[in-house]
Amino acid sequence: MELHVLLIFMICAAIVAIEVKDLLSSVIAVGAVGFALCLAFLVLKAPDLAITQLVVEILCLIILIRATINKDLPLVIEGRWIFNTVSTLGFIAVFLLFSWLALKELPSFGEPTMAVVKKYLQEGVSKTGSVNIVTAVILDFRAYDTLGEATVLFTSVIGIMAILRRPGRKKRE
Amino acid sequence: MMLYFLCLVLFCVGLYGVLRKRNLVKIIVGLGIMEYAMNLFFVLLGYRFNGRAPIYAKDQEVLNMVDPLPQALVLTSIVIGLGVTALVISIAIRIYEKYGTFDITKIRKLKG
Repeated sequence: MELHVLLIFMICAAIVAIEVKDLLSSVIAVGAVGFALCLAFLVLKAPDLAITQLVVEILCLIILIRATINKDLPLVIEGRWIFNTVSTLGFIAVFLLFSWLALKELPSFGEPTMAVVKKYLQEGVSKTGSVNIVTAVILDFRAYDTLGEATVLFTSVIGIMAILRRPGRKKRE
Repeated sequence: MMLYFLCLVLFCVGLYGVLRKRNLVKIIVGLGIMEYAMNLFFVLLGYRFNGRAPIYAKDQEVLNMVDPLPQALVLTSIVIGLGVTALVISIAIRIYEKYGTFDITKIRKLKG
């Protein structure tokens, strides 16, 4: 029941974030979505995810506010407004219809299949020595995934440094 | 079932923002909302009724934990999402410095 309330709050905050005119208000509203997601992770019994989401959300807010501060520009809406909106909404309606049909094939909520994880749960402590199974999975059973994550993160850092670097001083003649 | 559908509705709100908005920051916000929705969907798939957090305790030997594998994968995905958002925002800042606008229809020189 709490999850329904949280999800409806997230949908409302997301609609506000998409539709509001002011860019700073939009960024704050997407922050509200992220913090509600953090609470939803806590309700779903995922404390590691909640902590990570909290930290990442604050960093994202800082970066987004840095991009939008003092840069508020009104948007002009031109012709073909109705056609574009109707076609986009129609596409989304078709997407939701097919997803509704496809969701019936998934295992119902609250009863996961747990095919792979049974082995991890039974042998996690004896094989890795970690009482937290999430840590055991990311740092031992699937450590290559974590290595790839670190690679992606450092690549994005290199990209940001290359993009935001001030151009060097020109040589005087 | 209803929760999965609400999660997909949240995804579609982000999709609408990406497809329909003409402000670069709004498009980035839509991307972020889609990413939140997908992370939440994975964790919802691994939830079990009356389950515990996947951490062993001394006095509890029962194996009725929630599924830790989606949680581990989503932990990776959240951090990668931060990297993606930071990279896209830095590109948007550069575009603003060059063209003086966030409106994607005004950025003419990107068209071929």
